[in-house]
Amino acid sequence: MLLRHTNKDIKERKALNVNPAKTCQPIGAMYASLGIHGCLPHSHGSQGCCAYHRSALTRHYREPVMAATSSFTEGSSVFGGQANLIQAIDNIFTTYDPDIIAVHTTCLSETIGDDVNQITIKAVKDGKVPKGKYVIHASTPSYVGSHVTGFSNMTKAMVMHFAKSTGKPNGKYNIIPGYVEPSDMTEIKRIVEKLGIKPILFPDTSNVLNGPQTGRYSMFPEGGVTIDELKSSGDSMGTIALGSLASADAARSLDSKWRVPCQVQDLPIGLAATDRFVNALRIAAGVSVPDEITRERGQLLDIITDMHQYFYGKKVALSGDPDHLISLTEFLVSIDMAPVHIVTGTSGKDFEKRIQDITSHLPYKVNVKAGGDMFTLHQWIKNEPVDLLIANTYGKYIARDDDIPFIRYGFPILDRIGHSYFPSVCYRGGIRLLEKILDALMDRLDRDAPEEKFELVM
Amino acid sequence: MSTKLKGRGSNSNENKSGDALPDRLSMIDPEEVKKELLARYPAKVARKRSKQIMANKIDEEGEVPVMSANVRTIPGIITQRGCCYAGCKGVILGPTRDIVNITHGPIGCGFYSWLTRRNQTKPSSDKDDNFMTYCLSTDMQDKDIVFGGEEKLKTAIQEAYDIFKPKAISIFATCPVGLIGDDVHSVAREMKEKLGINIFGFSCEGYRGVSQSAGHHIANNGIFTHVVGKDDSIKKADYKINLLGEYNIGGDGFEIDRILDNCGISIVSTFSGNSTYDQFANSHTADLNTVMCHRSINYVADMLEIKYGIPWIKINFIGAKSTAKSLRKIATYFENPKLIKKVEEVIKKEMPQIETIRKDVKKRCAGKIAMLFVGGSRAHHYQELFKEIGMKTISAGYEFAHRDDYEGRKVLPDIKIDADSRNIEELAVEKNEKKYIARKTDKEIEKLEEQGLAFKSYNGMMPEMEAEALIIDDVSQYETEMLLKIYKPDIYCAGIKEKYAIQKNGIPMKQLHSYDSGGPYAGFKGAVNFYKEIDRLVNSKVWDYLEAPWQANPELSAKYVWE
Repeated sequence: MLLRHTNKDIKERKALNVNPAKTCQPIGAMYASLGIHGCLPHSHGSQGCCAYHRSALTRHYREPVMAATSSFTEGSSVFGGQANLIQAIDNIFTTYDPDIIAVHTTCLSETIGDDVNQITIKAVKDGKVPKGKYVIHASTPSYVGSHVTGFSNMTKAMVMHFAKSTGKPNGKYNIIPGYVEPSDMTEIKRIVEKLGIKPILFPDTSNVLNGPQTGRYSMFPEGGVTIDELKSSGDSMGTIALGSLASADAARSLDSKWRVPCQVQDLPIGLAATDRFVNALRIAAGVSVPDEITRERGQLLDIITDMHQYFYGKKVALSGDPDHLISLTEFLVSIDMAPVHIVTGTSGKDFEKRIQDITSHLPYKVNVKAGGDMFTLHQWIKNEPVDLLIANTYGKYIARDDDIPFIRYGFPILDRIGHSYFPSVCYRGGIRLLEKILDALMDRLDRDAPEEKFELVM
Repeated sequence: MSTKLKGRGSNSNENKSGDALPDRLSMIDPEEVKKELLARYPAKVARKRSKQIMANKIDEEGEVPVMSANVRTIPGIITQRGCCYAGCKGVILGPTRDIVNITHGPIGCGFYSWLTRRNQTKPSSDKDDNFMTYCLSTDMQDKDIVFGGEEKLKTAIQEAYDIFKPKAISIFATCPVGLIGDDVHSVAREMKEKLGINIFGFSCEGYRGVSQSAGHHIANNGIFTHVVGKDDSIKKADYKINLLGEYNIGGDGFEIDRILDNCGISIVSTFSGNSTYDQFANSHTADLNTVMCHRSINYVADMLEIKYGIPWIKINFIGAKSTAKSLRKIATYFENPKLIKKVEEVIKKEMPQIETIRKDVKKRCAGKIAMLFVGGSRAHHYQELFKEIGMKTISAGYEFAHRDDYEGRKVLPDIKIDADSRNIEELAVEKNEKKYIARKTDKEIEKLEEQGLAFKSYNGMMPEMEAEALIIDDVSQYETEMLLKIYKPDIYCAGIKEKYAIQKNGIPMKQLHSYDSGGPYAGFKGAVNFYKEIDRLVNSKVWDYLEAPWQANPELSAKYVWE
């Protein structure tokens, strides 16, 4: 057994996190920064933060993830990191020539109290920021929130820095896709455009973190929201933020600062959440839904009705990020599956309440925990076994030990491909999710069926 | 691209094994390349980098140029390097399976060092402790930063003890811990007293030192202080050695164990691949220390010699020939004809099958060129394997090594202590009068040295590379891209962060920290695995499809297929 010390005996822990179901803010900020065209993310802290975040993102996407660091030493930790950051800005623009540097802080620079705003102003004054280039920053202390908070903070920083209102509407809608895969961002954009709406989607990591092999490496790939688009976001007709934890802050600040009306929707994962997203788009923009999208909805529903017998009543354990888990749980419940254990590492009472609302009509009590960890999830599973586990790659240790069909979902996925190419959002993404669920469950049926019950047609 | 051409004798167009190299290489002058690498940098940066980029030169006395190493990375440069914590918790203590590791800090540090290094472990039974699949953290929150995290750490240690009942717990300090003044050592002492197990802390805050190397030192010093020497029981075996600086990435250690076992040589402890607490505790009972990764652990070998009387030699199990050579060194040390004979038998048995595969692979790989920018030993050791299949390393450098790893151990007295190295503790070790046993007399050592066995010696990378090879310390992303354009290597070896930027250029890349996948690459079987892996990488047709047909031939012709 790989997790041989995990037993059924659940004791409340006050201080120790065992096998986390979250990671820290800066990596989310780095991921969001990569969704700006021509941007080099910069980590203001020790070298290790930047190295760890780049490694984790690289393993997840199997793509280049470039970012720089302030390389704090003991001296800079005592005297402050101003000199390091100014030197870094100079070196980055001289050597790598990005359009923009997006600086995020770390627990180190936050603890010593570096004022990154003041430092970047000084960098501009000192002539270290070439004309027409930008440095933006977000405060992302690792001891607050999680990687999702970091994503949210950097996304908010994008609009706070760039958005302006010229008084002339641009006829577009801001879409904040949330902390989702590049494939999901492409799919969200496709749906929006199919409805005849012109989106400003940010951040946008599509064509950045799922780039092609061409034999010609470019540090700044084609994708990403442009600075002009971000500037223009203050002139948009409205903002639709997907996933309240990852996207609401940016949308609300656009609303309060530039009067761009915003609405916050759940991530469009599964039938009902996608219905709400499409409906919101339709009503906000006053457009009708094209047949093609209604057909895709029907295809998802077709698979649900065709294959219902294979997933009906199956018990599921889930670990992941709050925005994803809310929609995913709703999806599972809506197709008569039975989520029984749900854990996110990110803290927040809202999450537990949302899950309780979604599952309140079920004839059993659902275990749900925000600010939990995968050790707790595993202990729950030991006490009440499940038919399916949905989690990031770390879930495979639980799945192997307890012989549970397993779907990799969320961040990070370190041992399979697909997530950056095939979306799990909107109707088509729902089809892919169902395919994965059915593959996992039906492979298990095939594996375990006695010879006389082994079926060709299922 | 304006690579300067250089007129130079055609004899430099061959490497030592006599394999012809591509003509383009003889036209490249490393001094000109160096200028080109520096041209774009701001003046201050260029000045500093110029000391870390050297065209290799070996004079008649075997002296090489002074290499600036183990110095601060310039902010903003895009470095390969990580931090002190990564070196301490991730590299050194990570591979030990039965010590519970608690990261004291925000969640990230523990999370990123959780199972990501491919250091394998094999408990002897299902009942044995194995904590490597667990990530434990105090997950510090803002209130802990404001009010201090010591109480939380104590509670966390208690909770970890209640769940895992380990024989030892270690605590790793992350950046904010040092800044707010949490004392992990006093907490460790208090909880050690309370729980009655060994508990020790590491001040391995990420900002210490200039790279993960500082963390290696802190980790090894800690193990030496808190664990080594705790178990004096003498293992019954004829030839007892410690293997220092072997981390069992991809199962390297398992293969080395297999070979040593076949020779009848016993490993008392490995620092720290597939290791256990008890191995460390008993390590002072070995009769020879063999040092694999000089960078990460040579000082432990020194301390073990001073305190317990165990001599050390440098060995290298990367490469079939190096493996054979290392086995012979160990056999020479023990001066037992039976062992010497056994070692020769093992080598004789292993080599023929390796040779068959090596020769076959060499047919397809000879003359190709490699670049290695990794580690503190690997960029040197792996040149052996490439050489065995006729490939030449045209440029190499370390990520976190020190001058002695480049120029050889003899420069140690000349290395200046600077502000960053000063804060990494050097242990003052003395002879332990009760436990010290001189394994060899001075005379015996002298005699062995006369036979060619070098003690406490490491030549470093540069004397063993060719003149004109370009040596780069702490290579930056920009320099990497320039090297690819100028040299067009057939393969580039570094780490995960560099991997895909290289491959997007259409050049295959092999990770030599974690090996991507696969391994072992150490020992005899490892050599075969590596030959095959490099053959796969540099000779695959998958790199030939970079252009779509319409990109290769964009013109339209007015002809229909049915005509």
